[in-house]
Amino acid sequence: MSAPSRPTTVSLPAALGRAIASELSKVFSLKAWWLLGLVLVIYVAVTAAGLAFFLSDLGAQLGAAGPGAPELDPVVTANLVYSSVTAVGLVIPLLFGALLATTEYRHRTLTPTVLAQPRRGIVLAAKAVVALLMGALYGILGLIGSVGVGAPVLAAVGEQTALDEPEVLVLLARTLLATALWSLLGLGLGALLTSQIAAIVIVLAFTQFVEPILRLIAGISETTAAIARFLPGAATDALVGAGILSSLGALDPSVPQASTDALLWWQGGLVLAGLASALVLAAAFTTLRRDVE
Amino acid sequence: MPLSTPLAVEGLTKLYDPVTALRDVSFEARPGRVTGFLGPNGAGKTSTLRILLGLNRPTAGTATIAGVPYRELPTPMARVGGSLSSDVFHPARSGRAHLIAVSLAGGIPRSRVDIVLEQVGLTHAARRAVGGYSLGMRQRLGLAGALLGDPDALVLDEPINGLDPDGIRWMRGFLRALADEGRTVLLSSHVLSEVQQTVDDVVVIRHGRIVFDGPLSTLEAGTAQVRVDAIDRAALAAALTTAGARVEPGEHGMLVSGLDAARTGEVARDAGLALTHLSDEGDGLESIFLALTSDEEAAA
Repeated sequence: MSAPSRPTTVSLPAALGRAIASELSKVFSLKAWWLLGLVLVIYVAVTAAGLAFFLSDLGAQLGAAGPGAPELDPVVTANLVYSSVTAVGLVIPLLFGALLATTEYRHRTLTPTVLAQPRRGIVLAAKAVVALLMGALYGILGLIGSVGVGAPVLAAVGEQTALDEPEVLVLLARTLLATALWSLLGLGLGALLTSQIAAIVIVLAFTQFVEPILRLIAGISETTAAIARFLPGAATDALVGAGILSSLGALDPSVPQASTDALLWWQGGLVLAGLASALVLAAAFTTLRRDVE
Repeated sequence: MPLSTPLAVEGLTKLYDPVTALRDVSFEARPGRVTGFLGPNGAGKTSTLRILLGLNRPTAGTATIAGVPYRELPTPMARVGGSLSSDVFHPARSGRAHLIAVSLAGGIPRSRVDIVLEQVGLTHAARRAVGGYSLGMRQRLGLAGALLGDPDALVLDEPINGLDPDGIRWMRGFLRALADEGRTVLLSSHVLSEVQQTVDDVVVIRHGRIVFDGPLSTLEAGTAQVRVDAIDRAALAAALTTAGARVEPGEHGMLVSGLDAARTGEVARDAGLALTHLSDEGDGLESIFLALTSDEEAAA
């Protein structure tokens, strides 16, 4: 009589790989991921087209002002159009990350998830990997909207698409990094809050109202301006190298430069990565250890 | 042939501020047997099972699968399958997609998914969203998830709940067959009669304490009750007590346990006593269960 074999150990990478495959299958067996993607492409495309028309019009007005008037830098113009993803679209990967965590609580699917993989740290690590991967995918979808629609509009109104400029290509690459990190940020927030409603309300309120207002009023003093550079949206502008709020000065040299230097691109990236990691780790040591109800 | 996999809890205590949900709960579910974990709602059945499967942490005590805590099992789903609630599925995901996600995480071959769907009779609905499932279908999906790893032991919380009469009959036969293969089956219920035909061993919990632990036959032996009355009650009580019965005063005479109706009549005849009433109180198991789990301390 031979007893059935039961593995005595499963290596950490193998367990993590299994958990990632499971999380991906959960994402792709629901509609939410592509619905969010569709909203992102449309939202970003409309914004990019609008910006391209607006900037072209602004350039024409400056040109009509006569010789000596400042000219728009074509690379700055193109970057501003293509950065529509990070200007208006980050809410989508943020929401995706938050839902990745809170759906497990809302529908109580955490029970089968944790029965299949009782080492909860592995479950959270797998979700972090999936959040980063899906965030980068949303970055690609966002660029399809911003470049796919923005570049033809720029060309149609007689502006340069600047797609062969290294500075523009760098922005496109860092956009993927930004959307990936915002998705991780959402995961950390969702895992810490556990309530889906609370996570959605906070995500929308913070990205659509709180942070833009904070960034505007932070300009009143040098101290607040220095602190505001570390807000996630400002850090993202630093990371990708363009943003509506931070690029106005670069666009029009007649606008006085802010006295506080923006963060360097890698500093912006580190601020986002640090914030996201802190939230995920905080969840790992608090909500994740609780009894599963 | 499954590996011998006893399930054991020892000295479990769980405090939910400010109440104590479990107090020093200990019992074992043995391989090859169906163990019924019985008690009224809120007695601590679900808490105990969730601790056993590593979902909740006890305040004190241990819970092990063949000597190992659930969280330390390398591939837990191959050792013990659990279904603790029929309400743990995403309503928009199909039953099959749910099982695929679970099999991936648990390191279970994908081929098992269609096998367990067939086993629980859910193949026809496998590609439909779980939101459209009846309670009975969700029970079956939960059981399918528990069976994915072809486990040596099963832990099921209220598995009969929500099943139609056909489903109940099917579930009884199914669990019996699994135990006969040498697997350990631990299931909970708040109604003894639901599982009476299925279980070999019974563990009864009340207010977070174990009040009975033993084979069903032991519980049954002490349960047959006879109602009897005589003109000379005192003499009858004395005769019955001498014959080994337990006698309690009741309405319309006295309640006798430990003797059946025929034997009670014989004892009265031998003592030369005229009876004014003799009746079998039928299946006393449920009433013993109710007595065990009622709030009156006398029952313990």
